[in-house]
Amino acid sequence: MLDKHGIARRIAQELQDGWYVNLGIGIPTLIANYIPEGISVEFQSENGILGMGPFPTEAEVDADLINAGKQTITAMPGASIFDSATSFAMIRGKHIQLTVLGAMEVADNGDIANWKIPGKMVKGMGGAMDLVASADNIIVAMMHTNKRGKSKLLRNCTLPLTGVKCVKKIVTNLAVLDVTDQGFKLLERAPGVSVEDIENATEGRLIIDGDIPEMNI
Amino acid sequence: MQAYLSLKTLLFYIVKEQKGEMNKVVKNAQTAIQGIKDGMTLMLGGFGLCGIPENCIQALVDAGIKDLTCISNNAGVDDFGLGLLLQKKQIKKMIASYVGENAEFERQMLSGELEVDLVPQGTLAQRCQAAGAGIPAFYTPAGFGTEVAEGKEVRYFDGKPHLMEHAFDAPFAIVKAWKGDAFGNLVFKGTARNFNPLMAMAGKITIAEVEELVEVGQLDPNTIHTPGIFVQRIFQGANYEKRIEQRTIRS
Repeated sequence: MLDKHGIARRIAQELQDGWYVNLGIGIPTLIANYIPEGISVEFQSENGILGMGPFPTEAEVDADLINAGKQTITAMPGASIFDSATSFAMIRGKHIQLTVLGAMEVADNGDIANWKIPGKMVKGMGGAMDLVASADNIIVAMMHTNKRGKSKLLRNCTLPLTGVKCVKKIVTNLAVLDVTDQGFKLLERAPGVSVEDIENATEGRLIIDGDIPEMNI
Repeated sequence: MQAYLSLKTLLFYIVKEQKGEMNKVVKNAQTAIQGIKDGMTLMLGGFGLCGIPENCIQALVDAGIKDLTCISNNAGVDDFGLGLLLQKKQIKKMIASYVGENAEFERQMLSGELEVDLVPQGTLAQRCQAAGAGIPAFYTPAGFGTEVAEGKEVRYFDGKPHLMEHAFDAPFAIVKAWKGDAFGNLVFKGTARNFNPLMAMAGKITIAEVEELVEVGQLDPNTIHTPGIFVQRIFQGANYEKRIEQRTIRS
């Protein structure tokens, strides 16, 4: 089974040289730590920076330089800064090659819910609805089950949706799956995890075709 | 070149003094917010606590103006930013994209004291820009198939569904810039730019508070982010706290 860093490391293997990438809050943020050698990507943060660098040292902290998670950041050489409309023009205009975000639930048709639990938690969607409605390449990074052990990969989402039929790939602590017209297609197992473990933790339709290899991580 | 600029600047000030025009400088935040009344809609720049008009928010608190509808990406934290107006229950309705990290906000929202309209961030930005650019409405794919789509016109372009979203309509916009001049030209620093230039365009009266008010001609025209035409009032703010919401250090 993977931890959060393992999930981030596995998703980092999907990165391709020259890509512009938007990373959501939580596990996706960790991906920046595991960029494969020889690959150069630029990270976009939707509040308005392209070329986001690592967190600052104490001396580098600048209140005027933060990411979409409101964390202090640095800017890489070659970074650019712009207003929020320009930022979402990059997103809606499909100039970003990969979007990675977290989720509370994903349905086997690619629907995603990650912004609201009615009556309990209403933080807002931030940029998530714009991102999922526009991006062609969306990976969800999340744990396979919630804190109560219930599957987060469902036949239908129960929470208010963030977007419809948009998720293409999911990387969890247990597996890598593609979203297809017939449901979740199991591609890889996490180290030490059996196909049966994954079946038990998946409520939505699961396609198991032949031998499922273990992740190379 | 330097001498020429100085002469031009000097001439400008002479003309300005004679006509009393173009000089948009007001004394302070208290003067800048003149005309903002109970029940009005305001746009306030900033993302999180980054690039928020600290001086004007405090002036609104001090003036006790209430029943405000505030359009801002976030609602501050409990004891800073728009949280200060929330504490005093001066906000009737909040239009924002993300309102986490604010317990008082959550309490007022769940108890029904505070009306909340959550808008996807890109749509929020575009509704500001559209307002400033004379575009009454536009279509965006964001929010189709979600609660956000309720009651909105859906139209397909190239087989893909889009929602019609309207430009905002706000009598006042309040923005914060790094540098500005008496003409209202503004330069922002870092990601404190965010919604500020868009809201500056959108306000019928735009108030800009700046960290540094410089002489006209000192800002390089090539680097001005917001042309002065969008700004009606400007002043140099004082005592910027620039609080950091998530101080994150590399280990």
